[in-house]
Formats: sequence, structure tokens, C-alpha cells
Amino acid sequence: MNPLSVVVRTICDIFAWFMGIFGVYIIIHGHLTPGGGFQGGAVVATMAAFLLVAYGGKKVLSFVRPGFYSGMETAGLLLFITAGFLGMGTTFFYNFLAGRGGLFGAVVPIGPNSGILNSAGTISVMNIAVGLEVIGGLSLILIYMFKGIRLFDDHAGRSESGHDR
Amino acid sequence: MNGYAHMAVLTIIVISAFYAVWFRDLLSSVISLAVFSLLLSLEFFILQAPDVAIAEAAIGAGLSTAIYIIALRACKALRKPNGGEGR
Repeated sequence: MNPLSVVVRTICDIFAWFMGIFGVYIIIHGHLTPGGGFQGGAVVATMAAFLLVAYGGKKVLSFVRPGFYSGMETAGLLLFITAGFLGMGTTFFYNFLAGRGGLFGAVVPIGPNSGILNSAGTISVMNIAVGLEVIGGLSLILIYMFKGIRLFDDHAGRSESGHDR
Repeated sequence: MNGYAHMAVLTIIVISAFYAVWFRDLLSSVISLAVFSLLLSLEFFILQAPDVAIAEAAIGAGLSTAIYIIALRACKALRKPNGGEGR
């Protein structure tokens, strides 16, 4: 897999960062606006797909290993289960962080307001956990498809550069 | 107003789905399928389901198109005008 033309790579350089930031925005605003952990994670994994298609698998895999995404997936699962079990003093998945102050537990004022970002308690933690999980899983699918291409690539004997057609 | 938007989006959805089947070139067919998925997410947004619309735009138009293109490059079917049939 060789990289595509310079037009594709320039567009990828400009727009991939916006896609990543937008995905993280969807994840951390999951309890206020539409979207959540799964949708934001899918958007960030689209950034990984964009980089892989534009730059080719060899260059992307030279600075990101699959173990990084695998560790991200494991961290998401462990964070979700831990956040579920920490409310075990009352019930499973009890929202023990809400209304306590601090980073996740701001108190919501009475009356109509436009929503406060850090007021959701454990729900924000679970959105972040699901986001990490989905980023890791979908990026691992794409990376292993590229590795599957490389198995067939050695006896091809062709040089691909420029446009794809 | 909303009815006209429905009619326009659904008409272009049917046209792009027809072209996804009709093209002999597989890359054109995949791009047509991406247009179909993007318009389907716009239709979800018109029907007031923005959550499903974000998921459809990310999965359908982004990830599945990338996976199809990777699979086509693995089959070396991108450079043949007849989609790899007949050699």
C-alpha cells in the first residue's frame, strides 16, 4: 500500500484534525447534545481510516502500533466496569458522583438553564469509557484489514503511485 | 416545506441506490453507496433522530466506505474498468 497523491494527502493533513476534535466533542458532550460514546468513537475511528487510506498502512503503522489501540480498548472496558462497581454501596451503576462537586459533580441550579457540562456524574465517565472502547475496536478492524493486504502484496511486483485509477 | 425536503431526499436516495447497482466500475459503485448512506443520514435528521443520523454518517459514509475501498485494493480490482470480471 503506497500513499495516494499529494492532493489527497494535503486534504487529509487539513481535515483529519477537525474530525478528531469533533469526535472528542461528541464524546464529552454526550449527556447534553445528540450523540454519545459510540457515535463520537466512530467519528474518531473515521479519522484513523482517513489517515490509513491517504498515507498507506506502512507509514501509519510505523508510528502507531496495534497494541496502542488494543490497550485503549482494554482501558475502556476496565473503566466502564470500575465505574459500575464503585456505586455498589447503593446499587450497581449508582450515580455516586452526581451533586458532590468536583470535576464531574457540579450542582445543577433550579429552573430552566442550557445545561452544565460537568454535572452528569458517572454518566460522563461511562461515555468516555465507551468512546475509548469504540475508538480502539473500529481502528483495530481497519489496521488488521491493512495487515491482511500486506500478506498478498509481496508477489505483486507493481509500483503504485499518483492517482488510484 | 418539510414534505418537499422529504420528496427530494428520498428521490436522490433511490437514484443513488440504483446507480450503486448499475455501475460496472466497482469504485464508482462504492462512492455511490457512500452518497446513499450520507443522504440516509440526512433523512434521519429530517425525521428528528439526530443521534441515529450521527451514527449513520460515521459508520455508513465513513468506515464502511473505507473498508470497501481497502477490500477493493486488496483484490486489485480498482484498476480494471470492468470491475475485475473476465480478466
